[in-house]
Amino acid sequence: MAEEILRLERVCKSYNPGLPTETEVLHDIDLRLERGEFLALIGPSGSGKSTLLNIVGLLDRPSSGRLSIKGEDTASLGDTAITHLRGHTIGFVFQYHLLISAFTAKENVMMPMLVDRGFSSAEIEARADELLARVGLKRFADNLANNMSGGQQQRVAVARALAMNPDLVLADEPTGNLDTKSADGVFELMREVGRTSGTSFLLVTHNLELARRCDRIIEVVDGRIVS
Amino acid sequence: MNRWLPIEWITAVRFLREGRLQTAFIIGGIAIGVGVIVFMSAMLAGLEANFIKRVLTSQPQIQLVTPDQIARPLRNGANEVEDAVVQRPSQRVISIDQWPKIRSQMLAMPEVTAVSPTILGSVLAVRGDASRAISLSGVEPDSYFKIVRVPDYIVAGEPRLTSEDIIIGIELAKNLGASVGDKLNIQAADANRVLTITALVDLGNKGVNQRTAFAALRTAQSLLGMIGGVTTIDMTVQDIYAAEDIAQRIQASNDVEADSWIKTNAQFFTAVQAQETSNTMIRLFVALSVAFGIAAVLIVSVIQRSKEIGILRAMGTSRGQILRVFLLQGGLLGFIGSLFGTAMGVAALIYWHAVQRQADGSELFPLILEQRLFVLAALLATLTGLLAATAPAVRAAKLDPVVAIRG
Repeated sequence: MAEEILRLERVCKSYNPGLPTETEVLHDIDLRLERGEFLALIGPSGSGKSTLLNIVGLLDRPSSGRLSIKGEDTASLGDTAITHLRGHTIGFVFQYHLLISAFTAKENVMMPMLVDRGFSSAEIEARADELLARVGLKRFADNLANNMSGGQQQRVAVARALAMNPDLVLADEPTGNLDTKSADGVFELMREVGRTSGTSFLLVTHNLELARRCDRIIEVVDGRIVS
Repeated sequence: MNRWLPIEWITAVRFLREGRLQTAFIIGGIAIGVGVIVFMSAMLAGLEANFIKRVLTSQPQIQLVTPDQIARPLRNGANEVEDAVVQRPSQRVISIDQWPKIRSQMLAMPEVTAVSPTILGSVLAVRGDASRAISLSGVEPDSYFKIVRVPDYIVAGEPRLTSEDIIIGIELAKNLGASVGDKLNIQAADANRVLTITALVDLGNKGVNQRTAFAALRTAQSLLGMIGGVTTIDMTVQDIYAAEDIAQRIQASNDVEADSWIKTNAQFFTAVQAQETSNTMIRLFVALSVAFGIAAVLIVSVIQRSKEIGILRAMGTSRGQILRVFLLQGGLLGFIGSLFGTAMGVAALIYWHAVQRQADGSELFPLILEQRLFVLAALLATLTGLLAATAPAVRAAKLDPVVAIRG
């Protein structure tokens, strides 16, 4: 049996708990993700997909229920431990690329390793070069993030998400802002990374055609998994 | 990217560099503030030094005089006072008792640099039909000129004082229609001498220039009828600000009254104090406005960069690291601003020093460019930057990554 990377058990999320304005956006979510699995999360806008992604990404905490990353229950972890776990286990790709504009493509890829401080500068450089080569952007290494096309930026974002060799990459509409050709390229890149490095992907998308090319599709409607 | 620097440094520098215009404007603001502080501090220090120099080279730092003569009430028996009201006696001009001994004692004190016995009295200077009442100082030129730099104030003639010579103030010379080489008849109560004017001095004050005259000690002693006597012992000390303490010690152990320049120029010290207080207030308010400027720019930067802060948090950057990124920006702005500000302040000082002159054409203030002032300005500006950055940095560190990424 493949290694379990992520497990959610009866996870609920509500905003303004205890107040008249309390809104429950996620209800009893159960979800399991294995190593190397490529999962699509679909659903209409406002269904709670992004909230679910934020909780899985340890950017937000569930109101109730249990979230385990590689078998470790995250409920008891403090802010520092959560930050450390997030930095080492999870990579993020956002819809609007969200590279840091003051840095070049290569520097953006190096950032997670620089933040971690656990690598030598030679290792950081070599890994950044390798990742940029892998996403086909080696010759754009010294371009500032703002001087690249949307597709290129998103490829850099994928490379950055992989910098720490994470077990799980969370992608929130990574192709939502790209033309069909670029979207396809970025998707295939992630697919290929998943296959070759055993990284699990949780991909939020509106694009059903892309979703169908994933290993599994989870549909969220009104904060519940319906299929 | 310099990989040897911590990520906080790299990010702080890049953020500042990317927001070039914003950074340039705030550095300009800080530079003006620091420039004003450097300029004011250096100029006021210079003016004060100049003033002190002028005060101290035209008067002794400590002056020993005979103690006040007091009338003691008649006592009948041990404690009984017979006459309750005792009138203050008139003060006769008398010589300091055993002054050569006191002079030797003073010369033996390590903190004393020069000692000169002087006799001071009123005489009449007569030339033709004109006569003026003047104050005649009888001095030993070798030691006295180390205390009061008479030669520095000479506008005509030479600093020579033999027993037949006299040096007089320029206004007195004008009044008497005399100049260098002319003879003056000096009349005292019981004697009169004809002396030759060897120099005219300008002591910087019209009244003083009308009344002042210097003669050799022995000449003045014989004119004033006090052969072998002196009325004051003038002194200079190594540390001018210790003058009052030294004066008090001398007075405690000798039968003389010791007045320091600090006591006799109390008004000057009040003026210096007032000047320093206003200078401190100006510095404080300039620093405050600089601090508010830095804080405003960084708060805007936190808002502008909230998405990037969110990404940094998502990739494992701790709250502490985010805090430091913004603190460093504040510190760097302060430091860089202080470098430009110091350069601006120094340039303004050099220009002002060249342009502003006293009435006699001499410099208004000496150009004192102390390294200590520049280091202090840089330290203070950096510290102000760090403090000003605290609120924006805390705000950035507290940003919820979910909210930040959503923008």
